Amino acid sequence: MFAYIVRRVLFALPILIGVNFITFALFFMANTPDDMARAQLGAKQTTPAMIQSWKIDHGYDKPLFFNAESPGLAKVQETLFVQESMKLFAFDFGQSDSGRQITADIYERMWPSLAIALPTFVIGLVTNIALALLIVLFRGSTLDTATMMVAVAIMSISGLFYIIAGQVLFSKVWHWVPISGYTEGWEGFKFLILPIFIGVFSGIGAGMRWYRSIFLEEMNKDYIRTARAKGLSDIKVLFGHVLQNGMLPILTGVVVVIPTLFMGSLIMESFFGIPGLGSYTLDAINAQDFGIVKAMVFLGSVLYIIGLILTDISYTLFDPRVKLA
Amino acid sequence: MNLLLLFKKSLPNQSSGFCRHLLGILAITFYATGCSAATWNNPYSADQANSQTLFSSFSESPKHLDPVVSYSSNEWAILSQVYEPPLQYHYLKRPYTLEPLTLAKMPETTYFDAKGKEATEAHPAIAFTEYLFTLKPGIQFQPHPAFVKDNLGQFKYHHLDSDALSKIDMVRDFKQKSSRELIAADYVYALKRMALRQNHSPILDSMAQYIEGLTDFSERVSKAYQMELSVNDKSTQTHFFDLNKVEISGVQIIDKYHYKIRIKGVYPQFLYWLSMNFFAPIPWEADAFYKQPGLVEKNLTLDTSPVGTGPYQLVENNPNKRMRLLANPNYHQDSYPVDGLAKGADPSLLNDAGKQLPFIKEVIYSLEKESVPLWNKFLQGYYDASGVSSDSFDQAVSVSNSGSMSLTPEMQEKGIQFLNMIQPSIMYFGFNMADPVVGGYSEKQRKLRQALSIAINFEEYISIFLNGRGVIAQGPIPPGIFGYQEGQAGSNIVLFDWVDNRLHRKPIEIAKQLLTEAGYPNGRMPDGTPLTLHYDTAATGPDSQAMLSWYRKQFAKLGIELVIRATDYNRFQDKVRGAKVQMFSWGWNADYPDPENFLFLLYGGNATINTNGSGINSANYDNPEFNKLFLKMKTMSNSPERLAIIQKMTLLLQQDAPWVWGYHPKSLSLYHSWLHNVWPNPLANNTVKYRRIEVQERVLKQSAWNQPVIWPIIIVLFVVIGSIYPLRLAYRRRQKASIKTVAKNTKSEDI
Repeated sequence: MFAYIVRRVLFALPILIGVNFITFALFFMANTPDDMARAQLGAKQTTPAMIQSWKIDHGYDKPLFFNAESPGLAKVQETLFVQESMKLFAFDFGQSDSGRQITADIYERMWPSLAIALPTFVIGLVTNIALALLIVLFRGSTLDTATMMVAVAIMSISGLFYIIAGQVLFSKVWHWVPISGYTEGWEGFKFLILPIFIGVFSGIGAGMRWYRSIFLEEMNKDYIRTARAKGLSDIKVLFGHVLQNGMLPILTGVVVVIPTLFMGSLIMESFFGIPGLGSYTLDAINAQDFGIVKAMVFLGSVLYIIGLILTDISYTLFDPRVKLA
Repeated sequence: MNLLLLFKKSLPNQSSGFCRHLLGILAITFYATGCSAATWNNPYSADQANSQTLFSSFSESPKHLDPVVSYSSNEWAILSQVYEPPLQYHYLKRPYTLEPLTLAKMPETTYFDAKGKEATEAHPAIAFTEYLFTLKPGIQFQPHPAFVKDNLGQFKYHHLDSDALSKIDMVRDFKQKSSRELIAADYVYALKRMALRQNHSPILDSMAQYIEGLTDFSERVSKAYQMELSVNDKSTQTHFFDLNKVEISGVQIIDKYHYKIRIKGVYPQFLYWLSMNFFAPIPWEADAFYKQPGLVEKNLTLDTSPVGTGPYQLVENNPNKRMRLLANPNYHQDSYPVDGLAKGADPSLLNDAGKQLPFIKEVIYSLEKESVPLWNKFLQGYYDASGVSSDSFDQAVSVSNSGSMSLTPEMQEKGIQFLNMIQPSIMYFGFNMADPVVGGYSEKQRKLRQALSIAINFEEYISIFLNGRGVIAQGPIPPGIFGYQEGQAGSNIVLFDWVDNRLHRKPIEIAKQLLTEAGYPNGRMPDGTPLTLHYDTAATGPDSQAMLSWYRKQFAKLGIELVIRATDYNRFQDKVRGAKVQMFSWGWNADYPDPENFLFLLYGGNATINTNGSGINSANYDNPEFNKLFLKMKTMSNSPERLAIIQKMTLLLQQDAPWVWGYHPKSLSLYHSWLHNVWPNPLANNTVKYRRIEVQERVLKQSAWNQPVIWPIIIVLFVVIGSIYPLRLAYRRRQKASIKTVAKNTKSEDI
């Protein structure tokens, strides 16, 4: 397995270089260093001398991919792309264009994001699986049909509606929880209840339908008939056999998202005032802060690759037939 | 009321013991996790809600809190509570009036001729103006670790090792803090920091035009700093450059409490700049302290953790969550104004006259990116004040047929107060005067612009797109600024008629007549094809489509076809700077309350086309007569003579019409009855110190407005518990049915 992981990590390098290249190309197609300087310095009173000085200080005076004025290999080395990419591969994210340390910012913001994303993910997963099993238990009944109709209805409504309706109902009308805000520690619990509830609820429709279809497929297999023929109750069949064997397709979709959980949710965090990473990249794009954009795109790619590797590894844990070589 | 009691009261008597037990657990969970006893939805702790704490919000994270860098209103809202420039605006007086803040008196002004001899203000060729500043003695900086010295007199925290740094995440983590007296050298040090090119002060190049020796100093010191950075292979954030060793020729420290600044020629507006944070004092110890790499890695820099003498100190800076200010225990003698109440202002604004400031002990600014939660929290009483977004306008404000605004009954019932103020700003529709069609100074070209100015009905725009929150502009100078004239005297006779003491836009027929005289009868070119004009805008979102359609309709009134060229803001700026636009919209907020700050937007010397894109005159208006009058007016003190010149300039502008004089926006602010001493002053930013809160009233109202509604919890619990039994029954039936089916099937197979 170790050799497999090393091989996957080595395969990841050209992918990350490619992602980086595209990020640099796209960003500088939309923004020039002069635009970036103006965004940081403000529109009033900004002079060409100030813009030039800002560019030199932030390294944006260098050519993007090819430095025609430098000799030999330096034509490529003394470029913004190579110099900044090297730092990224060393996980040195440096500072944002407004002067803040990106690593410190990420560290500070990842915990609030996790405080919402992790419980939402775990509770959502457990709830969806439990409800799907319940529906499978009553498959073909009126309850099954009614629940599926409700699930489709839940899926069809925008997440934003749940957020605003939840805030109005639970905070404004019934006064149960604060509308928005965040605090560290146990005091923060009151701020997390509503976003977690909404996160779980809005995901029930799609999650439950997907898991139901996985479990129903398992229910029709021969080993289930054998188990039932041996006299096992439906509950024992579901929890003892269907759930375990249904985990493989569930893992495909679930493990890959685990590493990216701390990247947060843009809309949820914006509406609930959660100081997470959800809006970090988008705010940086709006502020033309390339320091943050390149770091977050790189980090997101790394985490996605880690997620894929973890998914492969988790297969071996749940299915002994799968071997990584 | 105790929460458990509240539960017991709200529960029906017949509810089950289990249900009561469960609700009790829920109640205890809420109580234990910080919800106040009376309200569950209070986002603050009970201590904070019960103290002199102002709860406010911000929607955009502050990027810079370094006073020589920061130039945004959202940053100044915080920074101005911490730093103190030499001057401030009087809180209540109108027109806006400067007064000493850390100075014992207003700066003493001396004029000099070219030979260095003292001259009078009336001297025709003043070469220099010298300002002498006298500081109040005894002003102390806020307590800060940068000032702490050990027994040997060395700075204790200026060389932190990794062990010490491991225990530090915020400035408040330092065990010891100290202070020292504010001296003249701190103001001069701030000026030197501004001159350091690597600090990227946005006003360096503007100030270099005026302060003697600043250009030379900036070039010399910036070069020397860059050399040091290269030699030591360090960044600007981590390398301290001792500015105490170098001097600016035009700035002189006389003694502990006196310093002088020498200005080239005459520039009376310089005093206004001295009320801005760029000129706030910086203790060199703080600059040196924050250059430690270990602190920089933790985002502890002068740009994130200010050190000032103001009424508050920033104790928490999380721009993604919350900014928290605490009253500065070292704050100097500063009292609430005893006079200067503006005409029509509420007399209760003087109830606290003469009392020591600040009243509020803590300020919490929470990040609220979305308007819905912000507005609802204000209505719940969890924010003390709020603006009015377009989403909540109808809920908050009623507009009468005459256009006057008042609060809706819902707001009045809550005791909410309302302030409505015209901002010292202008939003305009500009013509590029360098364009061969809409620009130029010939009679025909002028008539085309006048016709378009009549056709674009900004009264309608204000009504449709701003809910009436704007005042139609008659020229570039907004109300409240010297040179603005109300009523008939200030009306733009090219666009309006003064009838029955009111402005009436000239009929569209006049515009059509002007268009014909301009050579475009019915909006047609001489060859009969429709006149097509181009409007550049950065408004690309779906929300902007209605506004762009409205512009098209305004032009269609004259038979002119308007082509919208929408692009992103970067490209839009590039096009305006390169004079590659025909028509565009833009705006300007006052830096200071002087007509020069608006008229310079149309001075030929500032035209983008004449300044390689760096000028502020985006319309490229360049009328020699206007330019001459501007240069004369610029250095004059406010006087009838200056007013007469401004009137002449305004008349020229109205005739030439380089802008369609759009509107001056109105800001509406709402605040709760427990917040006192609220008075709009858009040019002063250090206004939190004047505010006062009736804490008891706030607590009572918050409690009354936010009592939790219990019955839905009970219903949900009954539904959940009630559904367990039928489900269990259904499952058993299903199990039996399955067995029967299997048994039947087995029988039939046997047969």
